Amino acid sequence: MIRPHDSVIVHTLARAFTPIIQLFALYVLIHGHDSPGGGFQAGTLFAASIILFVLAFGVPNSHAVVERRAIIWGGIGILIYAGIGLIPLLLGHEFLNYAELPIPGMDAAARRHWGILGIEIGVTLAVAATAVSIFYSLRGRGEGQEN
Amino acid sequence: MSLFDDYLLLLLAVVTAMGAVFVHDLIGGVLILAVYSFFLALLWAGLGAVDVAFTEAVVGAGLSTVFFLVALFLTSHHEVVRNHMQVRLVTLVSVGMLGFLLLYGSVDLPVVGDPKSPANAHLSPIYLKQSLEDTNTPNVVTAVLADYRGFDTLGETTVIFTAGLACWMLLRRRDDSAT
Repeated sequence: MIRPHDSVIVHTLARAFTPIIQLFALYVLIHGHDSPGGGFQAGTLFAASIILFVLAFGVPNSHAVVERRAIIWGGIGILIYAGIGLIPLLLGHEFLNYAELPIPGMDAAARRHWGILGIEIGVTLAVAATAVSIFYSLRGRGEGQEN
Repeated sequence: MSLFDDYLLLLLAVVTAMGAVFVHDLIGGVLILAVYSFFLALLWAGLGAVDVAFTEAVVGAGLSTVFFLVALFLTSHHEVVRNHMQVRLVTLVSVGMLGFLLLYGSVDLPVVGDPKSPANAHLSPIYLKQSLEDTNTPNVVTAVLADYRGFDTLGETTVIFTAGLACWMLLRRRDDSAT
């Protein structure tokens, strides 16, 4: 069971760091084209911010609800990835061939650029949701055994 | 980064890895393992694999440490050492043989940065030359992962999601299954 931490220092630090980590995760995701990082690292960072928040302030809902939501978000991430891959396939080209994505007013390289960003968003969602869900699975297990 | 720094980091990584094995307090072991991951990340960064270093720092030192610590709450913090002589002997021999095989295999590895090595001779130059033109993406690693090898990455993401699903099904409490 995750109880809120009762220290003011922990609360203040968690409140300060959670948005900074999330902003950094967003930066890593969007700048994955130019600098190190990408969907996987961004997802892990985003999960870390959520875990930090939960450790400091406790769980907003019951464990089962959060776990199921996390699993659903992970599925949505995979569907975004596979969906972007399926669009060119349905238009008669290869699976995951971003150059054939139907985005008007762009050359093939730009379409591939945006295709990469799209699937990175899917990866971020899937990784973040999976990490949070594993964390909840492990932590929820201790419920009733402590004290 | 000079060769000396590489060897120093490698030495520190080996020392922290041994520390993680020999420490009996499991929380201490987990934290030393996080330090080991940081040294490894610095080593990757020094070798020019910045994306790998980033992943190692975020996953190896960050997330897996949290998972280990949370898992430790479900069990005891102290390691129980079994002193069976036979088990120790078998372990020593098998690990020693594995180590010998790995060292023997590493003799044939090409020198780091060798332009004639198979990894650098066939596909890599094409990726390096074409990726900016093809995909507008200066970071070649991202272009390879998400575009040229997009199908592999889809598989990897699915594997991660499946792992999360398996953890959820194994670890969820009984009374949750009714709701």
